[in-house]
Amino acid sequence: MNNTAISGPHIAASNSNSTNQIMRKVILALLPATGFGIVIFGWPALYLCLISVGSALAFEAVCLQCRGLKPGHYLADGSALLTGLLVALSLPAWAPWWIAILGSAIAIVLGKQVYGGLGQNPFNPAMLARVALLISFPVEMTTWVNPGLILLGPGPIDSLAIIISGVANPDAVSGATTLGSVKTGFSLNQTLPGILYDYSGWLALLGWERGSLGETSSLLLLASGLWLWRQGVIQWYTPAALLGTLSVLALLSHWIDPQHFLSVWVHLNSGALMLVAFFIATDYVTSPNTRLGQLIFGAGCGLLIFVIRSWGGYPEGTGFAILLMNALTPVIDHYIKPRIYGRYRNGKPLDLGQTE
Amino acid sequence: MKLSILLSAPYRKIAADGLWHNNVVLSQNLALCPLLAVTGTATNGLGMGLATMVVMVASNAIVSASRHLIPGEIRIPVFVLLIAVLVTLVDLLLNAWMHELHKVLGLFIPLIVTNCVILGRAESFASKQPLLPSLWDGLMMGAGFTLAMVTLGAGREIIGSGSLFMNASVLLGESFRFMETTVIPDYQGFLIMILPPGGFIMLGFMVAGKRLIDLKLANRKLAIHAQLQSAGAVS
Repeated sequence: MNNTAISGPHIAASNSNSTNQIMRKVILALLPATGFGIVIFGWPALYLCLISVGSALAFEAVCLQCRGLKPGHYLADGSALLTGLLVALSLPAWAPWWIAILGSAIAIVLGKQVYGGLGQNPFNPAMLARVALLISFPVEMTTWVNPGLILLGPGPIDSLAIIISGVANPDAVSGATTLGSVKTGFSLNQTLPGILYDYSGWLALLGWERGSLGETSSLLLLASGLWLWRQGVIQWYTPAALLGTLSVLALLSHWIDPQHFLSVWVHLNSGALMLVAFFIATDYVTSPNTRLGQLIFGAGCGLLIFVIRSWGGYPEGTGFAILLMNALTPVIDHYIKPRIYGRYRNGKPLDLGQTE
Repeated sequence: MKLSILLSAPYRKIAADGLWHNNVVLSQNLALCPLLAVTGTATNGLGMGLATMVVMVASNAIVSASRHLIPGEIRIPVFVLLIAVLVTLVDLLLNAWMHELHKVLGLFIPLIVTNCVILGRAESFASKQPLLPSLWDGLMMGAGFTLAMVTLGAGREIIGSGSLFMNASVLLGESFRFMETTVIPDYQGFLIMILPPGGFIMLGFMVAGKRLIDLKLANRKLAIHAQLQSAGAVS
């Protein structure tokens, strides 16, 4: 195809955001948080990223081959690479190798390719993998290693052993995340000031805390998210609605009962929130098309995250919240449709005689 | 009456429909509620499949035998009543003679009554066909359903908990304890396959697999056909 004479309001893919470029920018935006995760969690985190991304690419290639497509062309769009990276970032940094491979398999095969590949999946592949793994392997998925500098941690060879056969003495080097210890503390009838006596808001903002490989640093993720917004890759509606809803709910509940409800700061700097708000909830494929739809989607995610974190069985609820709202996306899109050019929102033609 | 009639063309077609072409689960996509609910293990799938088969054979037989007596306007309520009676019988018999299995399947046996495929066969086949074909149809549809249940249960059990036909001795008696195998030793389990989502995932792959096989068979048939035609054209 060679369409040189383009007229009208078309957007040429070559000099704007094509799929490849969007994926490349999102991956680029994730690199600071990934790098930070590797620096504080050490070599095992690096290996986990490589295994996850590599196996995601391999599964994508196998699936494309099975579907009778040329893998090279589709692999180059970067979507499998991004999915693999997101899977790695949502895993505990010292998770065993098979968790990463299984996660990539679930994300790529069950989450994406069985529906027909990129653009056809109803659920976010990375979140699907995260939730499936969390439900199936609660021990491996909640062994959170303490942060420490990569130079002081286990070396490259020892780290290989950690990824292959697990940590020899997990209790010595791991502990609970902030949200996890809060959930445990409540079950022991403690109150928040007692549980969070050594909580440091600044370290949490920076990311120096236990958590998933690439999710701890709220600051870096927030900065990358804002960069993506400035680049025009994502719109502000979903993240703003998500963070706004969660903040308002947290503010109100913390004001009413500060002993049992987390403050806004803890909510915003814990778990996968920043990653989810800017990189997962804004997924083009699995979120609504319209501005109003995206605002509702984001608000729904924020509400569900607050509900699950406050009253749910799991400490962190972002994965479940995203999947539930993904399931509602077709409903939102059914009721809130984009306005067609020359028509009102309800589909009737514009009444040109009346306008003056 | 000779059993060889079962090998005649119409009966062969009934059997092929029930077991493969018109399989309750894989083609009609019916009876998914018990399918997804009980197939955590192959044994449960087998038990549920057999119980459903018994009900289906009996209901098909009774509906077929009384098809001239039932007025068309009220046939559905009558069918439902008949099936409910049969399910109650199976429920009580299982409770009396296979109590252990009934404890596992107990919740789902009454659900057979809501199983659309039994009413479906009564309505679309037994109410229009003589007794013997109806009996045969019930048996073959039930067998197809059981096969799908066992395959699904086996897949979920192997991936989910690394074993196969666990508790078979409860269902079939002590002499069948040899069927209980551990496929993957020291397996820590893949819980989501035992949970309902695993049922949907496995079922999706089975339906896709059947369509793939059908497509391959059809293509092969076309290829043979084309070959024959070209051979005929040459000679």
